[in-house]
Amino acid sequence: MKPAPPFSWLLQMAWRDSRRNRSRLLLFVSSIILGIAALVAIYSLRENMQAEVDRQAASLLGADLELRSNKAPETRILRLADSLGGQRSEERDFTSMVYFPKNGGSRLVQVRALEGNFPYYGELETEPAAASRSFRNGRNALVDQTLLLQFDAKPGDSVKVGNLTFRVAGSLLSAPGQTGIAASVAPIVYLPMQYLEATGLMQKGSRINYKYFFKLDKPLNTERFEKGIEPMLEKEGWSYDTVESQKEDTNRSLRDLTQFLALVSFIALLLGCIGVASAIQIYVREKIGAVAILRCLGAAGKEAFLIYLIQIIVIGFLGAIVGAVLGTVIQQFLPALLQDFLPVDLEPSISWKAILQGILVGTIISALFALLPLVSIRNVSPLNTLRASLQQDAGKRDPVRWLVYGLILLFVLGFSRLQLGSWNNALAFTLGIAVAFLALAGIAALLVRTIRRFFPQSLPFTGRQGLANLFRPNNQTTILIVVIGLGTAFICTLFSIQTILLNRVSRSAGEQQPNTVLFDIQPGQKEQLVALTQQQGLPVQGTVPIVTMRLERINNITGESLLKDSTLPQQSWIFSREYRVTFRDTLSDSEKISKGKWQGKAAAGAGAIPVSLEARFAERNKIELGDTLYFNVQGAPITTTVGSLRTVDWNRIQTNFLVLFPTGVLEAAPQFHVLLTRIPGKEVSARYQQAVVRQFPNVSIIDLGLVLSVLDKLLEKVGFVIRFMAGFSIVTGLVVLIASVLISRYQRMQESVLLRTLGASRKQIFYIIALEYFFLGALAALAGIALSLVASWLLAHYFFDTEFTPQLLPLLTVALAICGLTVLIGLFNSRTVVNRPPLEVLREEV
Amino acid sequence: MASILDLQSVGKTYQSGGRSLTVLDQVSFTLEEGATMAIVGPSGSGKTTLLGLAAGLDRASTGSVLLNGIALDKMSEDQRAAVRNQHVGFIFQNFQLLPTLTALENVMVPLELRGERNIKSRAQALLQKVGLADRGHHYPLQLSGGEQQRVSLARAFSNQPRILFADEPTGNLDAETSDRIIELIFDLNREAGTTLVLVTHDSELASRTGRILRIKGGRIVSDEATLNQALAG
Ligand SMILES: Nc1ncnc2c1ncn2[C@@H]1O[C@H](COP(=O)(O)OP(=O)(O)O)[C@@H](O)[C@H]1O
Ligand SMILES: [Mg+2]
Repeated sequence: MKPAPPFSWLLQMAWRDSRRNRSRLLLFVSSIILGIAALVAIYSLRENMQAEVDRQAASLLGADLELRSNKAPETRILRLADSLGGQRSEERDFTSMVYFPKNGGSRLVQVRALEGNFPYYGELETEPAAASRSFRNGRNALVDQTLLLQFDAKPGDSVKVGNLTFRVAGSLLSAPGQTGIAASVAPIVYLPMQYLEATGLMQKGSRINYKYFFKLDKPLNTERFEKGIEPMLEKEGWSYDTVESQKEDTNRSLRDLTQFLALVSFIALLLGCIGVASAIQIYVREKIGAVAILRCLGAAGKEAFLIYLIQIIVIGFLGAIVGAVLGTVIQQFLPALLQDFLPVDLEPSISWKAILQGILVGTIISALFALLPLVSIRNVSPLNTLRASLQQDAGKRDPVRWLVYGLILLFVLGFSRLQLGSWNNALAFTLGIAVAFLALAGIAALLVRTIRRFFPQSLPFTGRQGLANLFRPNNQTTILIVVIGLGTAFICTLFSIQTILLNRVSRSAGEQQPNTVLFDIQPGQKEQLVALTQQQGLPVQGTVPIVTMRLERINNITGESLLKDSTLPQQSWIFSREYRVTFRDTLSDSEKISKGKWQGKAAAGAGAIPVSLEARFAERNKIELGDTLYFNVQGAPITTTVGSLRTVDWNRIQTNFLVLFPTGVLEAAPQFHVLLTRIPGKEVSARYQQAVVRQFPNVSIIDLGLVLSVLDKLLEKVGFVIRFMAGFSIVTGLVVLIASVLISRYQRMQESVLLRTLGASRKQIFYIIALEYFFLGALAALAGIALSLVASWLLAHYFFDTEFTPQLLPLLTVALAICGLTVLIGLFNSRTVVNRPPLEVLREEV
Repeated sequence: MASILDLQSVGKTYQSGGRSLTVLDQVSFTLEEGATMAIVGPSGSGKTTLLGLAAGLDRASTGSVLLNGIALDKMSEDQRAAVRNQHVGFIFQNFQLLPTLTALENVMVPLELRGERNIKSRAQALLQKVGLADRGHHYPLQLSGGEQQRVSLARAFSNQPRILFADEPTGNLDAETSDRIIELIFDLNREAGTTLVLVTHDSELASRTGRILRIKGGRIVSDEATLNQALAG
């Protein structure tokens, strides 16, 4: 047998063979560049962020140790705090209205009363900077900058919190570990603790969070802490954070963010790879002649295959490098894009690890996808030299092809496992991707079949020709529909989710529904507030008394037994949370009894009180009818039994409750009231809020309009990031389109030249090409929208538990934009075909 | 002399659209080493098919093909490729040069496939023999048809084949160029002592070989020695 040629010869042949095709090979691989770029950018961001979190770990918490609870500290906690030594700060957090006398603006904020030198690491970032320390020296406040902006206030103005007016010492830019998003949802106001009493807000019924911050003299003995102190804290209902645990939490949430972004980038990369595969398929078809000659001359199938595989790997590698460079450039802009979601400040930097990872992933995946068309090279018969028309369908059932499909799936699975950290999620992601691809390919095939079947023979010649181009041999219709369609589906689904979420909130603000909730109303204020509301011409749509209590025991299970026995089904917060409970003798119209019997009246001291639990809450915590629940109502124990379970429609702005008491028991307990009303407009709302805050500074107001606009802004920001990432998919689709137009240009040219020889005008040829791409774009957009409708419906139905009505206008806009872009790209790349005289085009080598 | 090519009852049937088409039927002949033979017949009679089977480009449906004593029918495509590389040279009607390789590189490929080294000078010498010494760095597209065919001739002889197959080597060339190519084929052939099998329409070309095999409808209709054969014998 003949000795095999050395590997170096294969390399040499690969190099020689590429000489005349290099620009085209680069074109093939251009499809993966953006995918790699996105991936490398996200990887770099992750590296960069982890390094920053490590570096800024201490300032994320601002202290060595934080203890917190929603219960006032009792002796054991106070003793522990004293024993820890070092420096200590104390903070009390609660929500309250603030009021700007200058222009009468008021809004619900998160008040933080601070005593001590917290933060010990990092700073409260303020403008002016000195205010972060100096505000503690007098009746000053630090007010969140967005809040100041909203009410057109500035440092030096005054702000009223409760009964007390403070001078705004500075605008608060950021607090330790705080993300911009969190601040925009609940703006923060810092006060010195010594004025807290005087605001009069401490006696209100609303929840107060107690926090201690420590700067320790010597490092925390974590083992002693976990063994000795943690169980005590847990028993007392306190939790804690250390620099280390805070770092872990931060890293975890950042990982979730980058995981998501990395997967989106990966999808763009996969799309690009499909583009590569389809381009290589055409390339291979052209190379069949050359391969047949090599086979005639005695090259083994494997050798011919290797020559082209080497080409592809090298070119994939080059593409990955270009992508990595681009990604590193893009990464420089990511911190600005994501800053609102990040608790640390980011300086862009180059991450070699990310670059290497990107290049590796890019090379492997593009080679894998290129293998699909390449494997058929092994089966090219030397007979092709004698008779070029021989068909090559032996490759279709080639087992190696299935092996390659398997490898691709394994790679995708492995990659997503690395990103998601769990096989189940990785499997779901891989399946989802596969289903999306197959669905699009299916829709594409169906559309093309339909056109073929009902071909509009009555169209003028140019129309028929353009349409027929979609299914002539060597077409890339399916590939392009899949690639462009997936990008479209992405954008449209995103848009739908945004609509679903907003609809869900705004629907609850329907015509007659309450849109404003006042809470923390003291029993003595109720009558006056009702009067004030009616006096302003607003309807009082209900007042509800609320009693806060804690759950101490379910039958024999207590918080302690839950800690010891992890097999118990109850969620850990069930004993630590505060229950806000109301009592009535009837059910509201958003409630329905699903089990047991509702009993509206009971008498204290006449045995266990029959209460009603929300059905899902009971189910999650395995609480059955007849179970005994022991509550502690601010010191007074109450024994209850589960008399009924209710289903509650949480979608409505109502005062809904997990636990509902009958009348006759809680009337004398310490309580506050909630008032629901509907305010018709912004101005009325401002006037009303102003009046309420002035007269009842302790009462808090939730304005649904404000909630909606905050949510809208939030979704807008999230949406922007996702659209930015989805943009990679769309642009990848367009690059694939460009590549495929250029690749098939030679074929186009010959046809067009023939048509022109036969007497077609330039205009006619222009029409044919424009129509072809219009049809292509329309089909892709249609397929994408179809997929997104299904996806959105599924999401709405199963995930958001709501109805989904598609917004046709925006979808149509997207479809038109995609069509337009496709036509433009098609025409631009075919311009040489249309514009040049036939002879010149023929002579030129493509 | 030993026979280099031995076909026994070779048949070829193509399946197309559920029907089978017999292109070659019961073809048998043997060819002595160093002999020259022409296969002639009308278009579609099965000449190319026969050549392909004899050269191991395809597998016969029935019968056996022995090339240099090696039974091709039992071999895999890759094994046959190795046989081709070792023993066989090809010339095609449409030249079949690799468009992405220069003339010189085209000539070198069969040797390189064997893993041979330092072959540039040999390839260059072959190019010189076909009169293209100074065109080695040109790509096929930069050469005329006749020049391309001469490169393919140089390539065909580069691996010093025992047998050369030519399928209508002058079919795409004008008369004058054809004559030069034919001279070259016969000169190189004589020099190397290679066995030559050529398919042609050209009766003049056919008459320059030692033996003419006429086929029609896939069957041999005549098999006669020419004057050349008598002279050579
Ligand atoms: N793959 C094939 N499938 C079906 N018929 C074929 C195939 N290849 C060749 N033929 C038929 O075999 C016959 C002989 O072809 P060929 O050997 O090329 O003839 P020649 O070279 O003598 O002109 C022709 O009729 C041709 O159509
Ligand atoms: Mg023929």
